Amino acid sequence: MTESIPSQFKENAVRQLADEDLRQALTKSKGHFTGGRQKSIDNLPEFEELRDKARDIKNHTIENLDFYLEAYEKKVLSSGGHVHWASTAKDAQEIVLNICQTVGATSVNKGKSMIGEECDINEALEAAGINAVETDLGEYIIQIRNERPSHIIAPAVHLTKAQVEESFRETHTHLDPERVLDEPPTLLEEARKVLRKKYFEAEVGITGANFLVAETGSSIIVTNEGNGDLSQLLPRVHIVLASIEKVVPNLEDASTLLRVLARSATGQEFSVYTTISTGPRRDEDLDGPEEYHVILLDNGRTSMLGTEFQDMLRCIRCGACMNHCPVYQSVGGHAYGWVYPGPMGAVLSPGLLGVDEAGHLPNASTFCGRCEEVCPVHIPLPKMMRHWREREFERHLTPNAYRKGIQLWSFIALRPNLYKRLTSFHIRILGWIGRRRGRFSSLPMAKGWTKYRDLPAPEGKTFQKQWSERS
Amino acid sequence: MKNNRVALFITCLVDLFRPTVGFASIKLLEEAGCEVVVPRQQTCCGQPAYNTGDRADTISIAKQVIVEFEDYDYIIVPSGSCAGMISKHYPALFSQDSNWLDRANRLSKKTYELISFLTDIMGVDSVDSEFQGTVTYHDACSGLRELSIHDQPRRLLSSIDGLHLRELDDANVCCGFGGTFCVKYADISNRMVETKAEQVIATGADTLLAGDLGCLLNMAGKLQRDGVELNVRHVAEVLAGMADKPAIGVPSKD
Repeated sequence: MTESIPSQFKENAVRQLADEDLRQALTKSKGHFTGGRQKSIDNLPEFEELRDKARDIKNHTIENLDFYLEAYEKKVLSSGGHVHWASTAKDAQEIVLNICQTVGATSVNKGKSMIGEECDINEALEAAGINAVETDLGEYIIQIRNERPSHIIAPAVHLTKAQVEESFRETHTHLDPERVLDEPPTLLEEARKVLRKKYFEAEVGITGANFLVAETGSSIIVTNEGNGDLSQLLPRVHIVLASIEKVVPNLEDASTLLRVLARSATGQEFSVYTTISTGPRRDEDLDGPEEYHVILLDNGRTSMLGTEFQDMLRCIRCGACMNHCPVYQSVGGHAYGWVYPGPMGAVLSPGLLGVDEAGHLPNASTFCGRCEEVCPVHIPLPKMMRHWREREFERHLTPNAYRKGIQLWSFIALRPNLYKRLTSFHIRILGWIGRRRGRFSSLPMAKGWTKYRDLPAPEGKTFQKQWSERS
Repeated sequence: MKNNRVALFITCLVDLFRPTVGFASIKLLEEAGCEVVVPRQQTCCGQPAYNTGDRADTISIAKQVIVEFEDYDYIIVPSGSCAGMISKHYPALFSQDSNWLDRANRLSKKTYELISFLTDIMGVDSVDSEFQGTVTYHDACSGLRELSIHDQPRRLLSSIDGLHLRELDDANVCCGFGGTFCVKYADISNRMVETKAEQVIATGADTLLAGDLGCLLNMAGKLQRDGVELNVRHVAEVLAGMADKPAIGVPSKD
């Protein structure tokens, strides 16, 4: 697996920017996501009202998180399920392994789960000799390519069709070289053929959860392929891996959130499958798992409660922020170096990993504000990125050159007379030197700027100088 | 008669790089019936410090701006991002200090970006200028998303005889400037401005307009580096009939 880490964001970004396939893939997906979202909300006049409601539901739940988590746990237990509390990713790994080993599992089916990524569940399973099979098509593709997801809802969005075809031919060695595999339906059919068998072999199915419902003790997943249903219904044991902020009070609230989720994510009114699971199979049920386990992961989230980052816990993982982020759309998800890319990752990753490790991410934003504009639960992402920059500045983690540069500029800005003396002199010189071409193609103090663009020369005297000469 | 004593917050970039925008602003404001004052003790709104996480310096700069500008009827800024800084972000700096919070809130309520002030407050719906050519307009992010500036510049531009506006694809997508972002993450910024430049060229317009000088310097610099002959100007220059001056990054003839 090509490992990239958040502290190497800049290097990762340069590598990604040079990737022509990535550029092609992102250009193709961008319009699909942004256009789809716009169309679906244009068709729903009460969308803005729903967004406010969605925000309020999440705020209320997070403010009473302990209450709703305990209520949820009680309901899961009374429906015959098990609840496991995991403080860290490592704890979650151990709980998963423990359950798998107790039932003697050799093969595990996985529905798509970002918490699974956060906990490196596949790696832990493989290390214990248990075969983990991703059943979501996108996840399956990156699993055979030995990659990480580059997007929270479209894990293989960084790949072109040709790259996927190539990977299939490498892994599915039984394929007739003559067989046409250049369209998504044929790729899907091929993946389905391989996966179908695996569904019946696995002893354990692991899924994530989009929501956990306190009122009923249910977990909800949404998928478009139906793979989640097969993953959780066919094996003997179903494990739900979810982080604590996924809980909502009741089914009514969950349905409000579902209405904004699919529209914001893919532009669908509703995902193709919305599956609600409550406990293990009952006597009268025709199918379903014999055991139902929920692992509730904290992994740093409670430390965000009561801070300026609490609003981040509203996130419902729709991906709209990254679909609309010009930085994400330039460098792709792998540049961010960890599980969560784009604007939501730029706020969440420093919260979970520490700002010393993930400090680049909240800095790599122009604060254009498009992420906040499209967020279905109104998370003020730019504001929180700025809070991370403030934390860094306080802790002297901001690179020294920038720190000193900004402090020097502020020193001058706070002394208007000094500012005018310095600028009227220097700007006139700069304007005079640049007057022939009107711009500079290189300047010793502005290399970051002139590496890729010219610097327009100042017109001449500063405005304030000219104004003072007039009046 | 309304009180129309307006203070022009010139912004450091206009002060240093493009004084023409300042004179265009004054002309437009005076034509709309305002008495324009340029307070002398002004420098920068504090965005560079604010966006670098240097809250202490930002607060000091904000206090300096509040003291210098709070006695006027309106504070007018020819930049969406600097106007947004004063009107949207200054109050957030003083949540713990009620005296300064009051003063910041009062300043916030009377601070406007130039073009939206002309249309929304002064009721200007046309300008008496001439311009021959096809322009395209980029919606700078802060003006668009913090201050809802979208229709106002288009409305005024459409009142100019001889001017054709051709809309830009993804006009609401960032050009990659982002203040210090464009030098801190130069490679990413370049990809963003490269994309923007391609879309600008695709309009076939001969002039690119926007309301924020940072974005304009970025886009002009990229187009000129690539040898594209296209004039880049602040929208106020065209509205004020001052497009006879050399465009951004173009040498003067004399």
